[in-house]
Amino acid sequence: MAEKRIIVEPVTRVEGHGKVSLLLDEENKVKQARLHIVEFRGFERFIQGRPYWEIPVMVQRLCGICPVSHHLAAAKAMDQIVGVDKLTPVAEKMRRLMHYGQTLQSHALHFFHLASPDLLMGFDADPEIRNVIGVAKKFPELATQGVLLRKYGQEVIKATSGKKIHGTGAIPGGINKNLSIAERDEFLKDIDQMVEWSEGALKVAKEYTMEHLEELGSFGSFESSHLSHIREDGCMDLYDGGLRAITKDGDKIFDHIPVEQYSDYLAEEVRPWSYMKFPFIKSIGPEDGWYRVGPLSRVNTADFIDTPLAESARVEFMALTSGKPNNITLAYHWARMIEMLHSAEKIRELLNDSDLQGNDLVIKGERREEGIATLEAPRGTLFHHYKVDENDQVTMANLIVSTTSNNIPMNLAVQKIAEEYISGKPEITEGLLNRLEIGIRAYDPCLSCATHAMGKMPLEVKLIDAEGKVVDQMVKG
Amino acid sequence: MSDAPKRIHLVGFGNPGRLDDGLGPALAAAIEELQLPNVSVDSDYQLTVDDAHDVAPYDVVVFADADVRGREPFYFESVEVGEGISFSSHGCSPSAVVSLARELFGGPREAYLIGMRGYEWDAFEERLSEKARENLEEAIQFLKKVFQSGDFAGSVIENDVKAL
Repeated sequence: MAEKRIIVEPVTRVEGHGKVSLLLDEENKVKQARLHIVEFRGFERFIQGRPYWEIPVMVQRLCGICPVSHHLAAAKAMDQIVGVDKLTPVAEKMRRLMHYGQTLQSHALHFFHLASPDLLMGFDADPEIRNVIGVAKKFPELATQGVLLRKYGQEVIKATSGKKIHGTGAIPGGINKNLSIAERDEFLKDIDQMVEWSEGALKVAKEYTMEHLEELGSFGSFESSHLSHIREDGCMDLYDGGLRAITKDGDKIFDHIPVEQYSDYLAEEVRPWSYMKFPFIKSIGPEDGWYRVGPLSRVNTADFIDTPLAESARVEFMALTSGKPNNITLAYHWARMIEMLHSAEKIRELLNDSDLQGNDLVIKGERREEGIATLEAPRGTLFHHYKVDENDQVTMANLIVSTTSNNIPMNLAVQKIAEEYISGKPEITEGLLNRLEIGIRAYDPCLSCATHAMGKMPLEVKLIDAEGKVVDQMVKG
Repeated sequence: MSDAPKRIHLVGFGNPGRLDDGLGPALAAAIEELQLPNVSVDSDYQLTVDDAHDVAPYDVVVFADADVRGREPFYFESVEVGEGISFSSHGCSPSAVVSLARELFGGPREAYLIGMRGYEWDAFEERLSEKARENLEEAIQFLKKVFQSGDFAGSVIENDVKAL
């Protein structure tokens, strides 16, 4: 056998450590494509034995990019531990404001920093200019808007959580501060501008998709199920709701499932070639029960969005596929910008709500032993599940992060792209690399987050033959 | 040439929950405690594009980070625009932040990186290794003198252990 294995290690412009290996047959066609993710699995063990009230702060160390998602998901789970099913209006609205600030900044960062160089400069543009500096030189106005949108979201987080990083805002049963009039007025000055810039970014993403529809229809794309949580009336809700899963045709697999019952509907499988788990829908089984999460899935699963500009954009998005789920992988960017606009609109709505200046911050109920919560984090549905003993110490923690749910889909995207761009060519080309990265980046994965120390993340590409000999090698960065 | 004191901004970055990756924030916290005149301090898990807006108004920006295999106990180098720009994650390199800041917001005039050698990384623990703590102490004393003297360019210590 003359099989060859191509390894891309690690993947650039995604978080943490990942590598792609492509096994070729003797005709240099892709026999197998896999995205390997080196994920730290020690976190759940790390927090065992800690008092439950520390957890919402501690879990932020898990991720340098979306600490607020872990902060809020843990706080929601701990609400249950302290016996609280419904927060006070000020507590829930402050948390929502924090979450929309987080979604706004995260989506802005992904679109302007990571996606826009590919979309605006072209997949095959020189890597020297296919980056955010290149975008800043060619489209300075757009780049400035991206930076300032991200900054606005960060400031919302700071005002609601108390700090730019490692915030303490959400606590079991509520929140530890409200939004002062002065803070509110400061945010109100710029929020209309943020909405307008979000509309502009949405336009870029939509037009890109429409202009490249034929190419994107096959680029790393495939039919899939989709999962998110959803409000009782079917509205998109990024903060709270029951679980909804739909098929590739939009039929409901399950709907409005209380998140406490998630383990009755979802399971996780371990596969020998990956450190990551593989979640699946139990009723379909491990082979075909995988699903996608994140912006594309949320727009696909929602019956409507309760802010006018984002709803209008959703209607336009769904019209492209006649109301059926959109399964174009790069349509994640368009969906992400719909959510960014929705978040900006939600922030504006909340800033005009006087409940944010209320003082009824925390409530408590009857102590429980188990807490389960979900949050629609920027990258997709995030599950936090804890058990706490009579000494208030955490005895069990299980987290399912969105990148884990998108594990199989990212592998499929890699497979599809590799089949299209490598077959018959036994060498690593810049074009292949670009496209693999672009396909994976659409999911905005956050792998083993936040260890970024210099020297740890070069891009190394190896072509290895069946005997393990390196026959080609590329190093970037 | 203005005689006004330089406005200095220190940005420590890294994840204190990942052992020596927390060297940058630890240095930022220590310098903040010193309350040096004309020195402001910020800290984050990693640098991102919005840091370009934050660093632009300053005369001098110093980034502080942990380094996997750099010079011991630390190095102090000028951040060159366009040198080694890579976009391997949601985070930016100091060079990318400065490039973006100058391109979009017209500053800062000078930028430096202090890279402190770390040794332990791959666990969830909020502490520094003993050797990293020693390196941190030396870096604090060094930066204190540099900030007080204002002589940044003359204080450069090249990293003579380059990445593989």
